[in-house]
Amino acid sequence: MEKKESRPIAVIECCEEIPCNPCMSACPHHAIVIEGGIHHIPQLKPELCVGCGICVARCSGQAIFVVGQEQDYGVVSFPYEMLPLPEKGMIVDGTDREGQTVCQGEILKVMIAKNFDHTTVVTLKVPLGKEDTVRGFRFREDR
Amino acid sequence: MGITREIETEVAIVGAGPAGLSAAYEIAKAGGEVAIFDENERPGGQLFKQIHKFFGSSRHGAGVRGIHIGSKLLADCEEAGVEIHLNAVVYGIFPDAELGVIIDGHSVRVKAKKVLIATGATEKALAFDGWDKPGVMGAGAFQTMMNVNYVLPGQKVVMIGSGNVGLVVAYQILQAGGKVEAVIEAAPAVNGYSVHANKLKRQGVKILTSHTVKRVLGESSVEKVEIAKVDEHFQIIEGTEELLDADTVCVAVGLTPSIELLKMAGVEMTFLPKMGGFIPLHNEYMQTSDPDVYVAGDSSGIEEASSAMEEGKLAGVCIAGATGHLTEEEQQSRMQEIRESLLALRSGKGGEGRRAGNQEIVRRYEEWKRKNQDQ
Repeated sequence: MEKKESRPIAVIECCEEIPCNPCMSACPHHAIVIEGGIHHIPQLKPELCVGCGICVARCSGQAIFVVGQEQDYGVVSFPYEMLPLPEKGMIVDGTDREGQTVCQGEILKVMIAKNFDHTTVVTLKVPLGKEDTVRGFRFREDR
Repeated sequence: MGITREIETEVAIVGAGPAGLSAAYEIAKAGGEVAIFDENERPGGQLFKQIHKFFGSSRHGAGVRGIHIGSKLLADCEEAGVEIHLNAVVYGIFPDAELGVIIDGHSVRVKAKKVLIATGATEKALAFDGWDKPGVMGAGAFQTMMNVNYVLPGQKVVMIGSGNVGLVVAYQILQAGGKVEAVIEAAPAVNGYSVHANKLKRQGVKILTSHTVKRVLGESSVEKVEIAKVDEHFQIIEGTEELLDADTVCVAVGLTPSIELLKMAGVEMTFLPKMGGFIPLHNEYMQTSDPDVYVAGDSSGIEEASSAMEEGKLAGVCIAGATGHLTEEEQQSRMQEIRESLLALRSGKGGEGRRAGNQEIVRRYEEWKRKNQDQ
């Protein structure tokens, strides 16, 4: 879960032993490894991660995010299984792990793919530094 | 009504859920003749209600939604020639693997060589003041109405129990457009997987540990729910009461094996609370104290759907062996593969306890067998 690079890469927030491994086979770059039995906690090899977000959609526990910084803003990608879907360019509230609003954000990307099987990967642009706290969004009342 | 019809089959399976279907497929694939009987109008047991992606090994359907796993399993069974009787209530089991079944209102006698009871589980109830008011229901019942019948039975829900059933159903209520006022847990910590709990928390749902429901208020339906903190002995701490606005209370406080038919069959039972209560004694071949009666899935001890499918396969392979459709060698090698999958599924948080529970059941079976032989 520790993050040393600033470019957007996967952050695995799966901190409990669950017999589960789809994230490992989902990664086309072999950046996720689970050693010593499928209940062990997945580990990221940051140097191999390109931040594509496939694991975000494939994790059954919705516990993987892509987090990082671009030049002057932060980005967070997270799985989304609610309706309606947000649209690119929309201004929304960025929410934290407890669902509390922490900042304003802009929807940068809404990734839908057949093999994501109805899990959409949403990428949010947030103020620098907020990318480690924001893990979701809420539509604004005035949308 | 009278007996109007007779069905003869090599293997009769009661319950077309994950365990029953998995067993049927193994038996039919090996060349056995299988008929499944299920009282519901649709097959799949609880699988078709599970719209979330399953955990487990990606080699065995993990990452796939339960509903899709169910459809695949059903198609496999149909292709392999499994006969599935729906709206078929098995009301009795008699000596020599004979079943009494009502199919579409007609009484049918089923004669088989081996019977597999894969009847699943029943939700445990929780008694509190007002628990009989309309709007108080099992989380599984809510899930059936929502995901199978597309009806949202309540808008503002209080979920009692933070096991995986409570957490998963609470999340699905949000997906269906309902509101979850809180998840209440009497224990000091969340019982289910933290990733499921975190999904809810990110949506702003409160999970209140060391809390219980005290009573439900409302004239003829749920209007308010009074909750309170509990101490380490699960006793309500007076003065900590709080009122929640809700129209529904979902109870998700665990499951107990559906063992009525097994009791009627007279098989040996054992009491093991951590596996859900009374459990039919069985050996590593999923065979009960009656050598013609097998068990698999939640009716042989409460676990989860992926384990139920593997256990079903295990029972299926053993029945295929016992009916001469697999050689001893084929059976043993398949059993070894399935055991390895089961060991993997019975690992990590919660899994270790289920592994120990299953070992305990088999140990008690062996003990019973030794005593029985001595007499």
